[in-house]
Amino acid sequence: MFSMTAITPALVKDHGLSEAEYRRILELMGREPSLVELGIFSVMWSEHCSYKSTRFHLRRLPTKAPWVLQGPGENAGVIDIGDGDAAIFKMESHNHPSFIEPYQGAATGVGGIMRDVFTMGARPIAMMNALRFGEPSHPKTRHLVDGVVRGIGGYGNCMGVPTVGGEVNFHRCYNGNILVNAMCVGLAHQDKIFLSAAKGAGNPVVYIGSKTGRDGIHGATMASAEFDDASEEKRPTVQVGDPFTEKLLLEACLELMATDAIIAIQDMGAAGLTSSSAEMGDKGGSGIELNLDRVPQREEGMTAYEMMLSESQERMLAVLKPGREAQAEAIFRKWELDFAVIGITTDTKRLVVKHKGQVVADMPITALSDEAPVYQRPYAARPAPAGNPAYDAKRPLLSSLKTIVGAPDMCSRRWVWEQYDYTVMTDTVQQPGGDAAVVRVHGSNKGLAITTDVTPRYCKADPKEGAKQAVAEAWRNICAVGAKPLAVTDNLNFGNPQKPEIMGEIVAAIDGIGEACRALDFPVISGNCSLYNETNGEGIFPTPAIGAVGLMGDVHRMATIAFKREGEAIMLIGDTRGHLGQSIYLREIEGREQGAAPPVDLAAEKAHGEFVRRLIEQGRVDTCHDLSDGGLLVALSEMALAGDIGCEAGVAGTTVEAIPFFFGEDQARYAIAAPVEEMNRIEQEARDAGIIHAIVGKTHAAKTLRIAGAGEIALADLRAAHEGWFPAYMAKEEVPPVN
Amino acid sequence: MKSAVVVFPASNCDRDAQTALKQLTGRDPHMVWHGDSALPSVDLVVLPGGFSYGDYLRSGAMASQSAIMRAVKAHADKGGMVLGICNGFQVLTESHLLPGALMRNADLKFVCRPVAMTVEETQSAFTRKYDKGQRVVFPVAHGDGNYFADEATLDRLEGENRVVFRYVEGDNPNGSARNIAGILNETRNVMGLMPHPERVVDPLLGGTDGVALFQSLIEALS
Repeated sequence: MFSMTAITPALVKDHGLSEAEYRRILELMGREPSLVELGIFSVMWSEHCSYKSTRFHLRRLPTKAPWVLQGPGENAGVIDIGDGDAAIFKMESHNHPSFIEPYQGAATGVGGIMRDVFTMGARPIAMMNALRFGEPSHPKTRHLVDGVVRGIGGYGNCMGVPTVGGEVNFHRCYNGNILVNAMCVGLAHQDKIFLSAAKGAGNPVVYIGSKTGRDGIHGATMASAEFDDASEEKRPTVQVGDPFTEKLLLEACLELMATDAIIAIQDMGAAGLTSSSAEMGDKGGSGIELNLDRVPQREEGMTAYEMMLSESQERMLAVLKPGREAQAEAIFRKWELDFAVIGITTDTKRLVVKHKGQVVADMPITALSDEAPVYQRPYAARPAPAGNPAYDAKRPLLSSLKTIVGAPDMCSRRWVWEQYDYTVMTDTVQQPGGDAAVVRVHGSNKGLAITTDVTPRYCKADPKEGAKQAVAEAWRNICAVGAKPLAVTDNLNFGNPQKPEIMGEIVAAIDGIGEACRALDFPVISGNCSLYNETNGEGIFPTPAIGAVGLMGDVHRMATIAFKREGEAIMLIGDTRGHLGQSIYLREIEGREQGAAPPVDLAAEKAHGEFVRRLIEQGRVDTCHDLSDGGLLVALSEMALAGDIGCEAGVAGTTVEAIPFFFGEDQARYAIAAPVEEMNRIEQEARDAGIIHAIVGKTHAAKTLRIAGAGEIALADLRAAHEGWFPAYMAKEEVPPVN
Repeated sequence: MKSAVVVFPASNCDRDAQTALKQLTGRDPHMVWHGDSALPSVDLVVLPGGFSYGDYLRSGAMASQSAIMRAVKAHADKGGMVLGICNGFQVLTESHLLPGALMRNADLKFVCRPVAMTVEETQSAFTRKYDKGQRVVFPVAHGDGNYFADEATLDRLEGENRVVFRYVEGDNPNGSARNIAGILNETRNVMGLMPHPERVVDPLLGGTDGVALFQSLIEALS
C-alpha cells in the first residue's frame, strides 16, 4: 500500500521529532509510518502547530466574557461590538522567515494573518505590526528594517487594508532573531461568521486560491528550531507572497460567504494542506479523504510529500454543502482563481490521502490533534532584580530629554509608517503616532481602537510583572483615546523552551498576562506562540506582545495626544514615585539596564483608565496621552510636538526629585489637558474618586517646552531630534566589513 | 450627476470612490467590472486607486488593455468626463488618454502622507469651485507617482493651462517633473492626479479639501 522509504533514525531526526515522539507515532499508527505520514506528523507535532510546550500553561488564560463570541482555537477570535457587528482579530509572528528573507518573510506574515481573519467571514479593516530588530550598529539591522518595512507595505498596500500603527524596538538581544508580529482586525456580521469545523460526511472538500508549488516545505519545522550560522541556507523554506492573488481571494471568499454554500473554511497557513485538512476534520469530528491528483499544481512531478507539506501562499480549503460546487466555482472563475474539488468528508475520523491511485497516508486525525504531545517542561524561576537604582541628580534635564526623544527606540517612526497606506478605506480617524489607532466601523459612528504593546526590557528583568505591564499598557492606550478595552490577542515570543530558565520566563509571562487580563476583564481571544528565537544559544528577551481592541460609541468623542489650545491646564493622573529601574532614562542617559521593572497596580490601572475614558466619552477631554517609555516629560514633548503647541511644567504634588519625577516610568498614569475651568471640575471629581492626581503645568503661546528650574527648549529643537534619527540612520550606507 | 467607478482586479480605492460619490452626489455610482465591454449611461467615469492586476508590470499597463478601457476611451472621445485617481492616473497615461508616464518615486519608497498642493487651473469642470492658486492638502499613497514627460510635452501642458494641481515647492513627495500632481487632456474632459481627493471629504479624516473637486463636477454636469 505505501511506497517503501525506510524510516531511519536520521530521517526522524531530520523531521524535528524526538526518539520518544517517534515511539509514540509507532504506537498510534500500529505500524511504521510512510514518508508522507512522517512528514505530516513532523509538521503537526511541531512546536509551531501543536503548541506542545505552551498548551498546558495557556489553559490558565481567561478567554471568556459576555462579549466574546469566539475565543482561542479558531483562526481568530471574535467579539461582539453591538448592532449585530463583530470584530475579528489575531496577531501572529513571522519571525524566522523574516530574518532569513525580510521582504518575503514580512509580506507573507501579513498575508497569513489577513487570511486568518477573512477566512472567518470578516473584511480586514486594519493592520498593525510589532517589530523588534537588533541594535542599530549591527551590520544586518538596516537591511532587515528596510526589507521588513517594504514587505509589510508591499503586501498590505496592495490589499488596500490600512496599516495603522505598531511598534519598533531595537536591542542587541534581537541581533540574531528579529521579531515580526502582525495583527489584523476585521469586521463581520455576527450571523455571517465562518468556522473551520468540517461537520458531516459526504460533503465536497474544495481547494481555492493559488496553485501549489514547492515553496515553504517544512516552514513550520524551521520555525520550531533554533538558528545557527547555517540558517541562511534555509532561505528556500521561506514562501513568496502574491498580494494580488490574495486580494482576489479575499473578494472571492467574501462573495462566496454571502451565499450559504459553505459548511467550513480554513486558510492554508503553516503546514498548508496538512494542517488545514487535519484541523477541519478534527473540529468537525469527521474524516477527510483527499485526492492529490486534483490539487492545482504549479510545478510538474510534485510528490505527495511535497504537496502535503507545501506552504504556498494564498490558498484556502473549504467544505461545501453538497451540490453547491458549481455555484462556488463560478465565483472563483470570475476572480480568475483556481478551484478544485479535491476530496470529501467521511465518518471515519481518518485523514486519507491518495495520489496516483495509491493511498499514501491513512491516519487517525486525533493522532495529529488530541494525541499530539503536550509537555510540562521543567522550568526555573529567575530572581527578579530589586530596587530603584541611583542616578546622577546633576545631569541637565532638557539635554537629557533631547537625547531621549532622538534615541533609536524613542524617536518618531514616521519613516516606517509613511511607507504604509494608512488612509485607504477612508475610515482611519486616528492615524499612526498616537496611543492607539482608531478606525471607524464603516457607515457608522462607532470606532475600534487598536494597539500593540510590550516592553521587553521589563519582561527580561521580571517576566511576570513585565507581562502584566504589557497588558496594562495596551489597556491604557485604548482608554487614552476614549474607547472601552474589550479583548486581547497575545503573541508570545521566547527562546528555547527546553531550557528551564526560558520555560520559566514563558510560565511567568503567561501568569502575568492571565492576572492582568482577569483583573481588567480583558479576555485573551486569540494568539500565537513563537519559540526557539535563539541563535547559537543566545535567546531574545521574553517578548509577549499584546494586541488589543476597544470600542468607542462615537468617533466624534475621541482624544488624541496633540495639545489643541493654548492656556489649558495639564493634569497628571496616577501615582508618581519616580521609578527609574529598567527605565529609558537609565538606559539612554546613564547607559545602564538595571533595577526592578516598574510594579503594576491593576486596581489603579482599572480605576484610572475608566476615569479618563469617562471624561473623553462625555466630550470634556480631547487631549490625553498614556505615560510609558520615558515617563512624563517624554509624554509632554510628544503632546507638544503633535499639536505644535508648547507648554510649561514643574514637579507637583510630590516630594520626588525632578529627574525621577519627569523620567520615572511608574505605571497607571496619564496626562490630560483641558480648559482651566473644566479642569477644576475634573480635579474635584478625581478627589471624590480617590484618584491621585496633580496639575503639573499648562499649555502656552510660545513654541517651547519650559520646565521649572531646568530652563526651556524650542519645539523645533525637539522636533529635529525626534524626527531626525530614523531617516538619517536608514540613509547611511552599509559599513563595509573591516578586513 | 450620474457616475460609474471601474473595478479592476485589485483596485482597492473603488469603495472609497463609491463612498465619496454617494456622499456628495446623493446617488450610488455604478460599479463596473473590468471585464465588461460597455459602460452604463453616465456623466463621469472614475478610475480608482489600487494595484490593478497587482501592477506587476508597469503600474496601470495591464489595466489599460482591459475590455472596459475601450469603452472608457469611447466615453472620453465623446466628451464624457473621466477622473483617474492614483492607479487610475497611471491607467490613463498607459492608455494614452493622458500624456507622460508615472515612474517609481524618486526615493524608491512607497509614500503615504498628506501633501500640500496649489490649484493651478480653475477653468476646468474638475476644479471650477476652487480658487486659482488655492492651497489644498490631499493625502498621497503610492510607489509610482513620479510624473515624467519630455520637455516639449511639459511646456505644452503648461502653455495650455493643463497642469491642474502642483505640489507646493518643497513638498513634492515623488520627484515629479515641475512638481506636477495632476493634469488634463487636450479637450479638458479627462483628468488624472496622484493625490486622493476622495480621502478628504470628511473632517474626521483630516480635511475636506477634496469636496470642491466633486462639487465642481456636479455643478459642471448638472
